[in-house]
Amino acid sequence: MSDVRFEAPSSLSEAVKILAGAKGPSRALAGGTDLIVQMENDLLEPDLIVDIKKIPELRAIKPEGGGFRIGATVTSMEMIEDASLCAKWPGVIDGVKLIGSIQVKGRATMAGNLCNASPGADSVPPLVAAGALARIVGPNGTRESPVEKIPVGPGKTSLAPGEIIESFFLPERPRNSGDAYLRFTPRTEMDIAVVGVAINLTLDSAGVCTQARVALGAVAPTVLLVDECANALIGTRVDEAAIDKMAAAAAAACKPIDDKRGTREFRIKITSVLAKRVAQKALERARHTA
Amino acid sequence: MSKKHHITTIVNGDEYEALCETRHTLLDVLRDELRLTGTKEGCATGDCGACSVMMDGRLVCSCLVLAVEADGKSIDTIEGMASGNELHPLQTKFLELNGLQCGICTPGFLIAARALLERNPDPTESEARYWLAGNLCRCTGYDKIIRAVLSAAAEMRGA
Ligand SMILES: Cc1cc2nc3c(=O)[nH]c(=O)nc-3n(C[C@@H](O)[C@@H](O)[C@H](O)COP(=O)(O)OP(=O)(O)OC[C@H]3O[C@@H](n4cnc5c(N)ncnc54)[C@H](O)[C@@H]3O)c2cc1C
Ligand code: FES
Ligand code: FES
Repeated sequence: MSDVRFEAPSSLSEAVKILAGAKGPSRALAGGTDLIVQMENDLLEPDLIVDIKKIPELRAIKPEGGGFRIGATVTSMEMIEDASLCAKWPGVIDGVKLIGSIQVKGRATMAGNLCNASPGADSVPPLVAAGALARIVGPNGTRESPVEKIPVGPGKTSLAPGEIIESFFLPERPRNSGDAYLRFTPRTEMDIAVVGVAINLTLDSAGVCTQARVALGAVAPTVLLVDECANALIGTRVDEAAIDKMAAAAAAACKPIDDKRGTREFRIKITSVLAKRVAQKALERARHTA
Repeated sequence: MSKKHHITTIVNGDEYEALCETRHTLLDVLRDELRLTGTKEGCATGDCGACSVMMDGRLVCSCLVLAVEADGKSIDTIEGMASGNELHPLQTKFLELNGLQCGICTPGFLIAARALLERNPDPTESEARYWLAGNLCRCTGYDKIIRAVLSAAAEMRGA
């Protein structure tokens, strides 16, 4: 077995050049919490690994246009330690907090969670509900993509060879906005989501919902952004009837698998239960933010 | 097999050099090259926490860090926990309160627990249990470990 080439460039353009020029299987390396496990389990034998953690632009959380720009190599722990980010986007932090142990969170990134393209990735539904945009840099320049357009199936993304996620943008939030994410797992810690639901909503001064985004994880090959759920909430006071309608729309949108961790029927049922709980949590947060 | 990366790492304050391949983990190099075998391997896939170390002040699983990534970094392992013959209060409490049986998980628990107490000198039982959820123990049933951590925390606060 020949050894794997390893590069750790200090500029994004260099990283893109190396990855785009690769002949065999190659991978960007962020926290390694998926990549190194896959190599250890012989699921992946790359010829080339490009560590992107030495690229300064990818490392910071910065305010931008009233929102935040989060570099692709910012770790889960760094996000959890950022008080202003936690205050503004608690639902995104709900997701990030669920990524494995403290040890795993010390290394794991949202970009890696997204690019690994597991249907159960916990940071993805809240990013989608937030309306986050990924900035992608590749051999043909820079483009912006909604997060939901990146995973295209289990383990597959829409990124072209040589493309790297540079950062995520979380937009400015109107007053009275709240977001939340919950997942169902058989154990409370260190487990993979059987169902995950994220909701982000905004109320006007009279308490009527003016904007909503509802994203479901682990119930289809990719994360689902369900317009029917959002439409059930928009224009209402997010009362019980609206929440029930939204939860029914969520259950109807699921296309889950049947496996030892949950039958199809069970996953659909849990989706509607979780959707109701998440709506309540997002609503509470929207009412309590200025 | 070729060993093509030459890395320099500060481990417990001392500079070490090692040769490694890309697929070698920090855990492999600590144990097999530097012969610092206090850090244990339970799973090699991030699940058990036996390989916990601090890297530039951050708690990580050394089985999920490539050795080349540790070049230029500062690593703290269990071998650096006691000062000479004087055990760290966590070590003393683990012994006193039977926080270990076979001992395989113990270095990882001690490193992780120290990281907790550095951030939060007065954790609740629930905070301690959540923080240590990435460290698995097949012997003790956890309760004695948690008692030892909370008791060490109290002692370190002078309570
Ligand atoms: C014990 C354990 C428990 C876990 N529990 C959970 C859990 O409960 N919930 C959950 O969601 N996840 C869980 N995970 C998986 C989670 O840690 C990963 O999905 C993590 O978020 C991936 O990020 P990373 O930085 O480690 O990525 P890496 O492993 O470095 O990379 C993952 C993939 O993404 C690609 N990539 C990384 N960054 C970029 C980028 N900027 N641009 C383009 N491609 C990129 C890599 O090439 C690779 O293919 C767990 C992992 C472990 C080991
Ligand atoms: S050996 Fe690293 S987590 Fe188990
Ligand atoms: S003491 Fe044996 S695994 Fe914990």
